[in-house]
Amino acid sequence: MTQEDVVLPAPREAEGRSEAEAGEREPLLVVEGLTKHFPVKGGFPIRRTVGQVQAVDGIDLTVAVGESFGLVGESGCGKSTTGRLITRLLEPTGGKVSYRGQDISHASRRELAPIRSEIQMIFQDPYSSLNPRQTVGKIISGPMEINGIEPEGGREKRVRELLEIVGLNPEHFNRFPHEFSGGQRQRIGVARALALEPKLIVADEPVSALDVSIQAQVVNLLQQVQRELDIAFLFIAHDLAVVRHFSQRVAVMYLGKIIEVGDRTSIYTRPRHPYTHALLSAVPEVAVGEDSAPQRERIRLAGDVPSPISPPSGCRFRTRCWKAAEKCAAEEPPLVRISGNHEGHLTACHFPEEPTTEARDEDIVLDPALAALEDGGEG
Amino acid sequence: MTSSTDIEGGGTPVLVDGDTEPTAETGTRVPVGRSPGQLMWLRFKRDRAGVISAYVVILFFLVGLLAPLISQLYGKNPYTVYADERPELFDSAGVPVQPNGGISGEFWFGLEPGNGYDVFTKLLYGIRNSLGISLAVTLATVLTGIVLGVAAGYLGGRTDFLISRVIDFLLAIPAQLFFIASMPVVVSLFVSPRDETPVYVRVVALIAVQWFLGWMSLGRILRGTSLALREREFIEAAKVSGAPPGRIIRKEILPNVVTPILVQATYMLPNFVTAEAGLSFLGVGLVEPTPDWGQMFSKAATELVMQNDITYMFFPGVSMIIFIVAFNLLGDSVRDAFDPKTAR
Ligand SMILES: Nc1ncnc2c1ncn2[C@@H]1O[C@H](COP(=O)(O)OP(=O)(O)OP(=O)(O)O)[C@@H](O)[C@H]1O
Ligand code: SF4
Ligand SMILES: [Mg+2]
Repeated sequence: MTQEDVVLPAPREAEGRSEAEAGEREPLLVVEGLTKHFPVKGGFPIRRTVGQVQAVDGIDLTVAVGESFGLVGESGCGKSTTGRLITRLLEPTGGKVSYRGQDISHASRRELAPIRSEIQMIFQDPYSSLNPRQTVGKIISGPMEINGIEPEGGREKRVRELLEIVGLNPEHFNRFPHEFSGGQRQRIGVARALALEPKLIVADEPVSALDVSIQAQVVNLLQQVQRELDIAFLFIAHDLAVVRHFSQRVAVMYLGKIIEVGDRTSIYTRPRHPYTHALLSAVPEVAVGEDSAPQRERIRLAGDVPSPISPPSGCRFRTRCWKAAEKCAAEEPPLVRISGNHEGHLTACHFPEEPTTEARDEDIVLDPALAALEDGGEG
Repeated sequence: MTSSTDIEGGGTPVLVDGDTEPTAETGTRVPVGRSPGQLMWLRFKRDRAGVISAYVVILFFLVGLLAPLISQLYGKNPYTVYADERPELFDSAGVPVQPNGGISGEFWFGLEPGNGYDVFTKLLYGIRNSLGISLAVTLATVLTGIVLGVAAGYLGGRTDFLISRVIDFLLAIPAQLFFIASMPVVVSLFVSPRDETPVYVRVVALIAVQWFLGWMSLGRILRGTSLALREREFIEAAKVSGAPPGRIIRKEILPNVVTPILVQATYMLPNFVTAEAGLSFLGVGLVEPTPDWGQMFSKAATELVMQNDITYMFFPGVSMIIFIVAFNLLGDSVRDAFDPKTAR
């Protein structure tokens, strides 16, 4: 992963807009107890529901106006489902989604119409997110057409403008998606999302399908868009590296639940949840320039994420946690501000870790096979 | 602030992707994109066999379309009973006197035994009627396939379950037997068995019967395609923008199922032609004096047995073989052009 170290820009800790300030802005999106269970069908000859995939199980989050909020977690932990619930591509099983104070959890297509243009989405797969039969111009002007928006100077002019904003040649509006590379396609997707001048963009792993060398460019573009147009982002990613450059606040998800949330500094330098520690130790070292940077801890997690159909009792992380105790199986840890946490930094763990990422006396390697391998490699 | 965007000062971003712009190599090219359809057309034009078979197929359709005109120029029509008009051409058994089924400068393809119809015009009109019926069946099945297939795939749930079970049920019916058995039944729905059956009733019955058991394969394919398309992110993008279902089906789904529709239709049409011919051959399709491609075979077959004369099999047989082969080759080429990855 050395390549990533080089291409990803260093985190901007000293930003014009301070993290605290961002927290004080008025909330744009408020999610409370959001739940989505997918029924599992089975049985023969009569198919019936035999179980529930607890894809998202009661999450709370708030995104302020113009804020970039990162949502991080391993594959299958319910990030996309959360994004789709917020954009109302899915109907929530429970909980509440409010946008600007308006409850949209079960709003119909018609009821949603007025705010449709304000919440947009950027998708993960640039090869499936653009209709291969439409020209770039059609793709980008589609949302304007649907919402009956006729910008000054016509839609075509606006399409050219948007193409220019996302760094594509504006003359390419009558080309077809197959004539563009993955990175360029993702830029087209960004232009489409911007066409309606949204206030909130849900970006579902917008760069994870791209070449590492192109990822940074697209992230930069998104960041620029976010700042200049003052758009709030819910940025979904599967590792903490990408989000670090982008989000003022970060939530870590595990098996349908948020296990830790806080501002960037808290999550990256003072994490408390064991899972966050584990995720962070997987992030490549970014601070290349600082020689004085202390050695970081190393944690290897064992096994796979348990099935969301029958998640572990109590703390869902306990099957892979090195601190798991009886209490963890019996009692679900609440997401609260534990002593030592900064304001707004919430952790769901009975036995939180020290708020540091410095190297431990002994690496945590839970997988015996891996441990043997590493020993062999060193010896 | 160390990232590259900040250095740019927040102005209009320059193109930063590492990959080349589509026009970068040729500065002079006008930036007009080629649609997937245009690309397929280009690929198709390069396929010699496909182009030739397309011409052959077009020729057959032209012949069918222009049959009345050609007959007029030729000066005959398929309904004239030459056994009465020109009895000198036939022997006492009603067989043309001249060899090879009475082929002459006047009757290019000869005369039929019995009533003595002119084979050439009969073949022209036979092609016309057969192709017309098959085209109608194809249109009806394609429309049904689109409506039911896309509905099942896109709506899913109960609709899908219901339509899929109907498809399963209809696929379980033995088609040939059903056609033969149901044709008289369907016809008798319109006219009492004692009356003369008008031609249009037989035509409608032929179309209806074949349509009834003809749409399922396309319906199934379109169901699968729409099911896959439904999961594609561009559909979700349209939904996020607030697109109503009608628009999503029209603008996002249908343009993407044109390929399987065209490919499937080019496979279906020749099948309908042979099926229609088969029914008329068995006497449950179009009957004399209405000219029909398949019915010409039944006449020819009788003659082949009775007189040991293959002449009457020759013209309808050769023309139909050419047509079916050309159409199937065309179907292959269309599929190859649309989907260059699958090998033949
Ligand atoms: N339509 C659906 N029907 C049934 N189960 C689903 C459906 N969509 C998602 N799931 C399940 O819900 C869980 C969460 O899925 P989700 O796509 O939200 O994960 P994710 O965090 O986005 O993962 P990834 O990083 O792989 O995209 C998974 O176990 C998945 O199998
Ligand atoms: S609650 Fe227990 S099992 Fe869960 S993360 Fe904390 S220590 Fe580990
Ligand atoms: Mg996902």
